[in-house]
Amino acid sequence: MRFATASELAAALDGGRASALELADAALAGAERARGLGAFVQLSPERARADAAASDARRARGEARGPLDGVPVALKDLLVDEGEPCTCASRILEGFVAPYPGTAVARLRAAGAVVIGRTNMDEFAMGSSTEHSVYGPARNPWDPARTPGGSSGGSAAAVAAGVVPIALGSDTGGSIRQPASLCGVVGLKPTYGRVSRYGLVAFASSLDQIGPFARTAADCALALEAIAGHDPRDSTSLPEPAPRLREALTGDVSGLVIGLPREFFAAGGVAPEVGERVRAAVAELERAGAKTREVSLPHAPYAIATYYLIATAEASSNLARYDGVRFGRRAEAATLGEMYRRTRSEGFGPEVKRRILLGTYVLSAGYYDAYYRKAMKVRTLLRRDFEQAFAGCDLIAGPTTPEPAFRIGEKTGDPLAMYLSDIYTVSANLAGIPGVSLPCGFAEGLPVGLQLLGRPLDEATLLRTADAYQRRTDWHTRTPDPALWEGSR
Amino acid sequence: MARIDRADVERIAELARLELAPDEAERMAAELAAILGYVEQLDALDTDAVEPTYHALPLKTPLREDRAEPPLPPERAVANAPASEGFAFVVPKVLDEDES
Repeated sequence: MRFATASELAAALDGGRASALELADAALAGAERARGLGAFVQLSPERARADAAASDARRARGEARGPLDGVPVALKDLLVDEGEPCTCASRILEGFVAPYPGTAVARLRAAGAVVIGRTNMDEFAMGSSTEHSVYGPARNPWDPARTPGGSSGGSAAAVAAGVVPIALGSDTGGSIRQPASLCGVVGLKPTYGRVSRYGLVAFASSLDQIGPFARTAADCALALEAIAGHDPRDSTSLPEPAPRLREALTGDVSGLVIGLPREFFAAGGVAPEVGERVRAAVAELERAGAKTREVSLPHAPYAIATYYLIATAEASSNLARYDGVRFGRRAEAATLGEMYRRTRSEGFGPEVKRRILLGTYVLSAGYYDAYYRKAMKVRTLLRRDFEQAFAGCDLIAGPTTPEPAFRIGEKTGDPLAMYLSDIYTVSANLAGIPGVSLPCGFAEGLPVGLQLLGRPLDEATLLRTADAYQRRTDWHTRTPDPALWEGSR
Repeated sequence: MARIDRADVERIAELARLELAPDEAERMAAELAAILGYVEQLDALDTDAVEPTYHALPLKTPLREDRAEPPLPPERAVANAPASEGFAFVVPKVLDEDES
């Protein structure tokens, strides 16, 4: 059952070949064996086993709730879940226990999914390598000396290592798609507003979106159907009902027009081997009947600069709430001001401080127009780029990342180099459009991801295309060797 | 090039309620200068006639009926506080400070 998809597990459960309790135990044991990967920050064996037993009882009564009932899943440690800790891999949230469940988590649980634990991440989702974590780095199952990407690196590694078939993450500038690419799994960032952000700890509110990791596009469809849909508790939640995605997975892409942005394939940007794998994947989709044409996103080269101004500005405001008063860790001091300063200085790690400082600077008097307002205007230009591109194509394809997984420690000394790891992913967040990364081969033994970007609310076309590709190829069935991470610790 | 020095960093650190050791402030100043130098590429774009985007997708402010719903029970709202008394958060004294 290891490395099985959620769809395969659902069939086994329905066919009586496995029980939810067996699956939960297997996932918990797998997570224990994978400790050396640093993918999990918390396991919940008692609650998971109780939930699994309840799922088995429902199925025995003929009341199974659907394909996720009894399937083990994991949650990134910034999705609040009632009664469970939620630390965002930060010292400042030490001891916090969520008093209510986030909407996506509540919906996943209502569908019967069994949460086995919480996954490692860059502190407050600020990073692209899962190295900025108070728990220490997460590691890539394909090569534990390398990062799994980030910020949702623990969720990506947990799926890639075959511990769980589905894990939730969040994507503000690529934090689902980039680690999915580096770990050889599928990662979907839905349209902004598709999934409620209620109960998602805020990083940059105009960019944040929750989405699933899985081995297949079909499993991502199952997960998104469960968690999507309007939520009155999030004022930016779109009014549309949850999309019916499974019926969109027809395997047929004939006639679809795929746009290839020349900026995403420019020489000097993407590593040659990565570019080759991505072009080969596009050729496979052409053989399946899709058409391609070159498109242009002239402002894409400005996306990283735009993103780091907007994201840090929003973060500096969102993270003002960590003041040692209402939750989390407090540093004792004689006066309130001193308590604030000491709590925040001791509680936040260096990357979070760097971004708070940058965000505070770009919002401060005299700089707002030059930096923040300027970035908001360039955001408009980027949105128009996509509108114009989508006038001539149904979806866009390109690499997810410029290079395969990098070594742990390789980029930590150079924040800007780390930021550039997200060069192909941030545009989708700025434009609010959906994107998915799926495995399309290997470069030097490390997974390469194909990124597909779609029109707002058109996750169906993205997943249909990704699923059609997976029906014709077997990259998603390749798995790393568990000997790489088991028995080492 | 972006001009941001240690004094600037110390000023914004105060605004952000962060304390930096002198060497930390020095290092942050160098890193922020590099990042601000990078973002200055946006100056090459003429955006005078461009409206800023505050929301990626057009969405009207949603309204709902003004109906009371059960709140988070106060005992749960204070359960995570480092210090509380009854349903109140306890903080160090605010007096004798030049800030709130």
